[in-house]
Amino acid sequence: MGNSALNEAVKSVALTGNEAVANAMRQVHPDVVAAYPITPQTEIVQIFSTFVADGLVQTEFVPVESEHSAMSATVGASAAGARAMTATSANGLALMWEVLYIAAGLRLPIVMPVVNRALSAPINIHCDHSDTMGARDSGWIQLYSENAQEAYDNVIQAVRIAEHPEVNLPVMVMMDGFIISHGMENVYPLADEEVRKFVGERKPHYTLLDADNPITVGPLDLQDFYFEHRRQQAEAMFNADKVVKEVADEFAKLSGRQYDFFEAYQLDDAEMAIVVIGSTAGTAKYVVNELRAKGVKAGLLKIRMFRPFPAARLREALTNVPAVAVMDRADSLAACGGPLFGDLRAALYSAGKRPLMNNYIYGLGGRDVTLDHIRTVYQDLEEMLRTGEVKREINYLGVRE
Amino acid sequence: MVKETKVTREIMAGDQPQKRGGANWRDLPAGAVIAGGANSAAFETGDWRTLKPVHLPERCIHCLLCWVFCPDMAVIVEDGRVVGFDYKHCKGCGICAKECPSKVNAIDMVPEGAEDADRSTVSEYRGKEKSR
Repeated sequence: MGNSALNEAVKSVALTGNEAVANAMRQVHPDVVAAYPITPQTEIVQIFSTFVADGLVQTEFVPVESEHSAMSATVGASAAGARAMTATSANGLALMWEVLYIAAGLRLPIVMPVVNRALSAPINIHCDHSDTMGARDSGWIQLYSENAQEAYDNVIQAVRIAEHPEVNLPVMVMMDGFIISHGMENVYPLADEEVRKFVGERKPHYTLLDADNPITVGPLDLQDFYFEHRRQQAEAMFNADKVVKEVADEFAKLSGRQYDFFEAYQLDDAEMAIVVIGSTAGTAKYVVNELRAKGVKAGLLKIRMFRPFPAARLREALTNVPAVAVMDRADSLAACGGPLFGDLRAALYSAGKRPLMNNYIYGLGGRDVTLDHIRTVYQDLEEMLRTGEVKREINYLGVRE
Repeated sequence: MVKETKVTREIMAGDQPQKRGGANWRDLPAGAVIAGGANSAAFETGDWRTLKPVHLPERCIHCLLCWVFCPDMAVIVEDGRVVGFDYKHCKGCGICAKECPSKVNAIDMVPEGAEDADRSTVSEYRGKEKSR
C-alpha cells in the first residue's frame, strides 16, 4: 500500500496488521531501525525498508544478520540518544533474549512490535503467545492488541510511554501472528503530522555521543549496587502504570479511541466472564453478545497491558464476578496453569470475594479458536456457577483427546 | 546529560558509600550509568586476588615485559624501573610472572595472605609453579 492513502487520514484504509504497524513506524519516524525478518513479522521490516528506500523516512535502516544483532544495534543506537526501533517474532525474540534484559537494564526506551508466533520445536510459524509470555519478566512493558487498529494505536502510544522521564523502559507491542498480522481490516490512521506532534522529539536522559560530558554505560555492578538498580527498574515499572493511562487519555483526545489497562466488555453485572488476550477477544465478544441476547449474564475482560500487571485494578474488576475462565495462548507446562492464569489468580488471592476460576490453554501453534470453543467455555462457567465447584482447573481447549 | 549525584562523586573519589549504608536505590543514576568516563581506577579489584605477585628487585632486569602485559595496569614503573605492584587493582592473574623471562624469574606468585617472611610457603609454591 502507498503512503498517500494514509496522509489524507481520518478515512479508513484497508490494512493488514503488519502494514498498519509499518505505517505507524513510518509516522513515528525513528532515527534508527535495526531489524531482521522472521515470519510472520517479515512484512513489517520489508515495508519499512521500502519506506527508507523511497525516501519517505530518513531513518538509518540497519539490515543486521540476526535478531541478537538487531537488538544489540538498537540498544547501541538508543544509548547514543537515537529513537530506535526493531520488530520480531518467536524464535527471533528468543535469540534476542540476553539483549532484551540489557535494553531494560540500561533503561532504554526502545519500542518493538512483536508478531506473536509459537516457539519451536516442533517448528510452527503460526500464532500463540509463548514467545512474548516467556519475556514477561525481562523488564519490558507489554501491550497486547486485539486487532490491526489497536496494534497501530499501541505502537504510537508506546513511544510516549517508553520515553517518559519517569519510565525510560522498553515497550513491546504485540499482535497475533497471521490472524492480525496478515488479516486485512479497516484501520483509521492518524495524519502523519498528528503522529509526529504526538510523539515529539526524544529527549534522552543520557547519550553516548556527548563528548563534552563523557559517561560510562554498562559498568560492572556487583553485590553492592546491582540490587539497587533492579529496584529502580521495578519502580519505573510501577511508574509506567500511571504513564500508560496518561498517554492513553491524551491519545483519546487525538484519535477518539480510548485505551485502558484492559477492556471490560459487559462486565458490570456479569455472573461469568472470560479473561483473554489478543485477537480471540473478538471471537469471544461475539459469543458474549449471543449469550446476552438469551439473557445470560456473560462478560469478558481483555488484557491490553500485561506488564506491568495491573493487579489491583483487575482484582477490583473481577472480585464480584462469581465465575471466571482465564484463557492462555501459552502453556507454562505443569506450573499453576498458563502465565495469565497464574498472575490473575495471585492477584485475586487477596480479594475479599474470590471468583471460582479455571484456566484454558488454547490456540497453541495457531490452532483455530471457534465460536463453539468459546461457547463450551461459557457452558463450563454455567456449570461452575450451578454446582459451585471447579471441575477441572487446567483445561486444554481444542486439543484432540 | 547524566546528573552527577553525591553518590557518584563519592564512588568516583574511591569512597565506598555502600559500605557505610549509604547509596540507596533512589540516589543512584538510572541504568547504572556513571557521569564521567575512565573511572575504572575508582573500582578496586585487588580483593579478587588469591595469588599475589611479589617483586624480587635483586633478580629484576627491568625489561618491563610485565608492565606491557599486565591487563590491569597494576605494575608500578618509575623512571623506567619496576618498583612494585598496585595491589588495589592487581587481580592476581599471574600474567606478569608468566611473562617474566624464565632466566630472570623476578616475580613470585604467593598465596594471598602468606607473609612475605614465610619463605617456605613461597618456595614450596614456586617449586610447583616451575614443575608445570
